Amino acid sequence: MHPHAQFLAGVRSELPIALGVIPFGLIYGVLALGAGLPADAAQAMSSVVFAGSSQFIGQQMIGAGAPPLLVVVTAFVVNLRHALYSTSIEPYVKHLPVRWKLTLAYLLTDEAYATTIVNYQAPGDVTHKHWFFLGAGLTLWSVWQASTAAGVLFGAQVPAAWALDFTLALTFIGLVVPALKDRAGLAAAVSAGLVAVAAYTLPLKLGLLLAAFTGIGVGVAVESAARDRRLASRDRG
Amino acid sequence: MTLWLTLLGMGLVTYAIRAVPLLALDRRPMPPRLRQALRFVPPAVLSAIVFPEMLWPGGRFDLSLANDRLLAGLLAIAVAWFSKNVLLTIGLGLLTLWLLQAL
Repeated sequence: MHPHAQFLAGVRSELPIALGVIPFGLIYGVLALGAGLPADAAQAMSSVVFAGSSQFIGQQMIGAGAPPLLVVVTAFVVNLRHALYSTSIEPYVKHLPVRWKLTLAYLLTDEAYATTIVNYQAPGDVTHKHWFFLGAGLTLWSVWQASTAAGVLFGAQVPAAWALDFTLALTFIGLVVPALKDRAGLAAAVSAGLVAVAAYTLPLKLGLLLAAFTGIGVGVAVESAARDRRLASRDRG
Repeated sequence: MTLWLTLLGMGLVTYAIRAVPLLALDRRPMPPRLRQALRFVPPAVLSAIVFPEMLWPGGRFDLSLANDRLLAGLLAIAVAWFSKNVLLTIGLGLLTLWLLQAL
């Protein structure tokens, strides 16, 4: 397929996902204003950071007066998973000039990765497939900026009684629970949650990082133990 | 000013995470243990936010049936498990919270 066709195919495959992202952009805009961020900063975060979960957490921490360094470190931890996407895309973009790689890296979100990796893994010449990536990435980017703007514009009119701040927790429940496919993931989630509750009164929102690292450690330990058991039983058999 | 520096910092670390492996700046393969650990980042981080939202509503610990956010959150967990639909989870969770608050 030619660059033009690849670009349009990327746009088309991203559109349904991008439409699903609109409520989150709206909610983010509303929450960021509610947390006390100025409208321009709330909007800027969507283009400077461009990573939903870390923006949700970031606006909450900034609103709670957490120290800047801790907000940045938390964003780093929350977004670490993108290193996995980036690593898995790298073999397909080896042939591209650096300016392409720098652009595509900026557009590498969960949602753009989801469609792009499928396209890369499908049969066919990879020469022009970066245009698909660009189409998918720009589609999501545009929708995210526009829905944030809508949330920022109307956010001031949302009454506190609507309890929209709870949508943060509900969103994350919707993302995490269906992804809990094995015992290790469940152990990571539950242990992190319990530590977060126990450490809630720690200063500087440090409980969040403490809980995250506990959960990651527990997940790794449970998964490694399960693998050791499998290997041991295979050796015996 | 501090706010803008914070945003810039968040943006820089996020971009670095996305760009460094893509540019193959670090040509060593990712250590298996790190790769394994990254898989647990989303469930750990997101749960670490969800649990306190349910159990520390308004900054006060509340493990009781009078805690509307705990009940709405538990229902949302069930909805998410069976429907695997994020928007439905948010919708029914929020609706439940509004009903409980109105009671």
